[in-house]
Amino acid sequence: MDSILSEYTTVDPTTVSVWFKACNVNDIPENGGACVKYKNKQIAVYHYKRKQTWYACQNLCPHKMEMVLSRGMLGDADGIAKVACPMHKKTFSLESGENLNGDLPAIAIYPIKIEDGFVYIGFSE
Amino acid sequence: MKTVIVVGNGMVGYKFCEKFRAHPANSAFKLIVFGEEPRPAYDRVHLSEYFGNQDAKALELAPASWYSDNNINLITNERVTDILNETQEVRTISGKSFSYDYLVLATGSAPFVPPIKGVEKEGVFVYRTIEDLEEMLSYAAQIKAIKPDGRAAILGGGLLGLEAGKAVLDMGLEPHVVEFAPKLMPRQLDTRSSNVLQLKLESMGIQIHLGKATNQILGESVIEGMDFGEDDQLDVDMLIISAGIRPRDELGKTCGLDMGTRGGIVVNNKMETSIPNIYAIGEVALYNQMIYGLVAPGYDMANVAANQILGNPEVLMPADIDMSTKLKLMGVDVASFGTPYMPAEKGLSIIYENKTKHLYKRINVSHDGKTLLGGILVGDANDYNILHQMYLNNMSLPENAEELIVGARGDGGSAFGSAIDLPDTAQICSCESISKGKICGSIKEGTCNSLKDVIGLTKATTGCGGCKPMVVDLVNETLKSMGKEVKDVICEHFEYTRQELYGIVKVKNIQTFDEALDKCGKGDGCEVCKPALASIFATIYNDTANKEDVIQDSNDRFLANIQRNGSYSVVPRIPGGEITPEKLIVIGEVAKEYNLYTKITGGQRIDLFGAELNDLPAIWKKLIDAGFESGHAYGKSLRTVKSCVGSTWCRYGMDESVSFAIELEDRYKGLRSPHKLKGGVSGCIRECAEARGKDFGVIAVDGGWNLYVCGNGGATPKHAILLAEQIDNETVIKYLDRFLMYYIRTAAPLMRTATWLDKLEGGIDQLKRIVIDDSLNLAEELEIEMQSLVDKYECEWKQAVECEEMKKRFSHFVNTEERDDNMVFVPMRDQKMPEPWTN
Ligand code: SRM
Ligand SMILES: Cc1cc2nc3c(=O)[nH]c(=O)nc-3n(C[C@H](O)[C@H](O)[C@H](O)COP(=O)(O)OP(=O)(O)OC[C@H]3O[C@@H](n4cnc5c(N)ncnc54)[C@H](O)[C@@H]3O)c2cc1C
Ligand code: SF4
Ligand code: FES
Repeated sequence: MDSILSEYTTVDPTTVSVWFKACNVNDIPENGGACVKYKNKQIAVYHYKRKQTWYACQNLCPHKMEMVLSRGMLGDADGIAKVACPMHKKTFSLESGENLNGDLPAIAIYPIKIEDGFVYIGFSE
Repeated sequence: MKTVIVVGNGMVGYKFCEKFRAHPANSAFKLIVFGEEPRPAYDRVHLSEYFGNQDAKALELAPASWYSDNNINLITNERVTDILNETQEVRTISGKSFSYDYLVLATGSAPFVPPIKGVEKEGVFVYRTIEDLEEMLSYAAQIKAIKPDGRAAILGGGLLGLEAGKAVLDMGLEPHVVEFAPKLMPRQLDTRSSNVLQLKLESMGIQIHLGKATNQILGESVIEGMDFGEDDQLDVDMLIISAGIRPRDELGKTCGLDMGTRGGIVVNNKMETSIPNIYAIGEVALYNQMIYGLVAPGYDMANVAANQILGNPEVLMPADIDMSTKLKLMGVDVASFGTPYMPAEKGLSIIYENKTKHLYKRINVSHDGKTLLGGILVGDANDYNILHQMYLNNMSLPENAEELIVGARGDGGSAFGSAIDLPDTAQICSCESISKGKICGSIKEGTCNSLKDVIGLTKATTGCGGCKPMVVDLVNETLKSMGKEVKDVICEHFEYTRQELYGIVKVKNIQTFDEALDKCGKGDGCEVCKPALASIFATIYNDTANKEDVIQDSNDRFLANIQRNGSYSVVPRIPGGEITPEKLIVIGEVAKEYNLYTKITGGQRIDLFGAELNDLPAIWKKLIDAGFESGHAYGKSLRTVKSCVGSTWCRYGMDESVSFAIELEDRYKGLRSPHKLKGGVSGCIRECAEARGKDFGVIAVDGGWNLYVCGNGGATPKHAILLAEQIDNETVIKYLDRFLMYYIRTAAPLMRTATWLDKLEGGIDQLKRIVIDDSLNLAEELEIEMQSLVDKYECEWKQAVECEEMKKRFSHFVNTEERDDNMVFVPMRDQKMPEPWTN
């Protein structure tokens, strides 16, 4: 179990070596999320329409190790962008990955950029 | 740098670490903690919760990372075996030595096991650690497997013993509490209150045996019974000993500390033992010649010892220690404070007893009638906090002291004001030693603005939690006194109640969530306000969940309930539970094609589990083509209207319950509400449809239908209450339209009808006035609103399968057709199930 968790580690924007062209911007629902596959990884991508901000994190919820975070609900806690897992509503900061309402391990966060209507996610491998 | 070694990582040892590291001068010290148990300190006071959830993590006082983050070297699973006082060293079971400058003994206590013949037999347990509970659980399961009506006894009818009684009941065994004294909880209760408590516990299925001395435990190698002498025996399959505690003072002996004659390490009011630089705290410490078996005095001791070592010699243990207790035993309040009972020459007692209601209240008042000396409350301890404070603060009593327990004459109100009238020094949270002044002060100074802030700052309520109602009152009253309004706002993004927000959305004709944020909210919203607004939009415009799917609760967004492994369930509507053989075959065929687990639900329909997100539209297309509709099993909306077969077939039936159930289910299907709604229709008072367990229930009687409202099953079952009698079909619908619409407009998010009625001022009488007599002049409006919602109904699954854009939502990946390879099923009884969770 822990082995899938260890496949996901936060990528610092300065160390990106591959910008993966993940999908069209329209594939991600406004104010919602969807999941993209990169090699054997599942990455959740979110779009905040009002602020025009985008986030990417692991799709794996560290609570019960299910691939569900992309189906979670977006929001903010004191201004920090967060997602609530659809299974048991554990919430995670999309900025730091930290579990905001418990002490689960932080989720991995990936750099994301939008160019010419496409979503790119940064990996360093 | 000096080293402090703490032996014992229990509740008090942990508190010592917390207090120590919170002190400004702490960084000059290294802290090493030894714990004999395999895990970091946990909340022993709430140990019994482990029987319910078996979640050891939930009991943790702090995670292992807390210790490292605070620069504490925690070594668990390692018992300290010797203290070498000359060289200031301790030695552990694995042979390692560590030197110290200060040593703190927080080794707690162990259950006292009386020397009864046969106590070593298999099936005899004590009740102190998580491991004890695990062993009991597995033993009880073994017994139940071979003997479903197995019995377990508890030796000791004190506080802990009765808690163990409840645990036995939860484990499914028949509980017997055996007490040597002639009454229960001998330390806290007088004989009469013990009798009241005994009656109540017996009515709940716990058998009580008082005045019994156990001679021996019967059985070969496994316990089979208890022998009380003179042919008096009790057959039992398991025994839990809860006969008091003995301090774990064995380390004191290894280095010659002064000990009490019956054990315990002697300490003074600085928590110093007889050897310099060695301290003892918690249940191992003998202070005032007493071992205090409670956590609050232990926490005080931890604070004193930390301050002594850190150079604040003025922090001392008080001479008088309050042993008041309040607890809920199996839902029964039991509390005692001060001197609970006493002979008449010491004071006068006022006693109120009502055996039919299992109530007993006693207060003891000084001869001059001016001060409260103590008391006992059984059955209703709502007034405990305030009485306890009056006692602790020596507050003056009202002229008629009896009003303290029987309420002021006439208005049934309380004789004393609220918590806000207490002196600032009153200690509100005794676990964390937080005074009223500190709580109110933090708000007045502007440091805190809410209950959450106060808890964050002071840690009040985080111990036993008993002070929570008072802290809530204090926070609310203080905010109010400063002119700040306190209300049940939805969340940080909307400063309104649901009912207010409903009004705003309607008046301003707000259509989308972002518009609501712009016009009356802030931030980006969250998982609380988004579904609440979705529900309000549905009530006003009756749009389906497809309109703005990203603000719907996850299950509504995908029009299906998510299951353990991320797959979904499919529940087609089967109104009233009536289904044709053709439709049954379609369900069977769909389930076979997509390999779905099928089960008859508790709501008279069929659930198909284990569908992958990508397959949902195709599955629903087939079902819809065969004439099915969404069952809204995922929504806060109407679920089912259960029926019994009724007068069409049943020889007792008074009316056609199936027809009426189908009519009602069809009328209210798709109706979104603050929580889910369920109905039932029974053909006669035998009530086979369990209609009175529903939010609305209709039962056929001579001359029409009886209509009941506001019932539910679930966690807190409530029978529905009679709203109207002997009415015809049209009137049932008219009243239901009004009732449901009024509930939907006014209830808080996730509040079911029963709780809503509880909170409705005037209760059922007021509801009757609104629904039947139209006292608010709203009836017509409510009926029109409901009719328009009914007229606008659309099956949201039909919408989804017919629209290519909406179908996009139902795909696990957006950049490939591949499926989620993390989703695993395993076989079970000819079908499949998700692979069980391991963490
Ligand atoms: C499938 C079913 C159990 C079964 O195998 O029979 C079931 C399954 C769930 N129930 Fe239930 N309940 C089912 C009948 C009941 C009943 C019996 C009844 O309806 O007559 C009750 C007690 C009656 C009542 O509600 O008053 C019931 C009381 C609950 C509750 C407690 C509600 C309460 O007010 O305390 C919850 C939790 C909640 O809704 O917050 C719950 C929640 C759930 C959830 C939705 C939990 C979840 O979020 O995953 C389960 C969803 C399973 C799924 O994917 O469909 N379920 N649940 C039953 C579906 C009935 C149907 O056809 O729609
Ligand atoms: C089921 C239950 C319910 C309770 N309910 C209440 C209640 O409602 N209210 C209340 O006030 N109190 C209650 N108590 C009592 C409360 O739990 C204790 O007062 C409190 O835990 C005492 O804390 P402590 O740290 O002194 O001892 P403990 O919590 O027992 O901790 C001592 C720790 O030291 C360890 N240890 C012992 N010797 C060594 C050694 N040589 N080396 C290393 N480690 C050692 C032990 O393994 C243990 O982990 C309850 C107790 C139980 C068991
Ligand atoms: S009682 Fe209901 S919610 Fe609980 S496990 Fe059973 S189906 Fe799930
Ligand atoms: S699986 Fe994500 S919160 Fe439980």
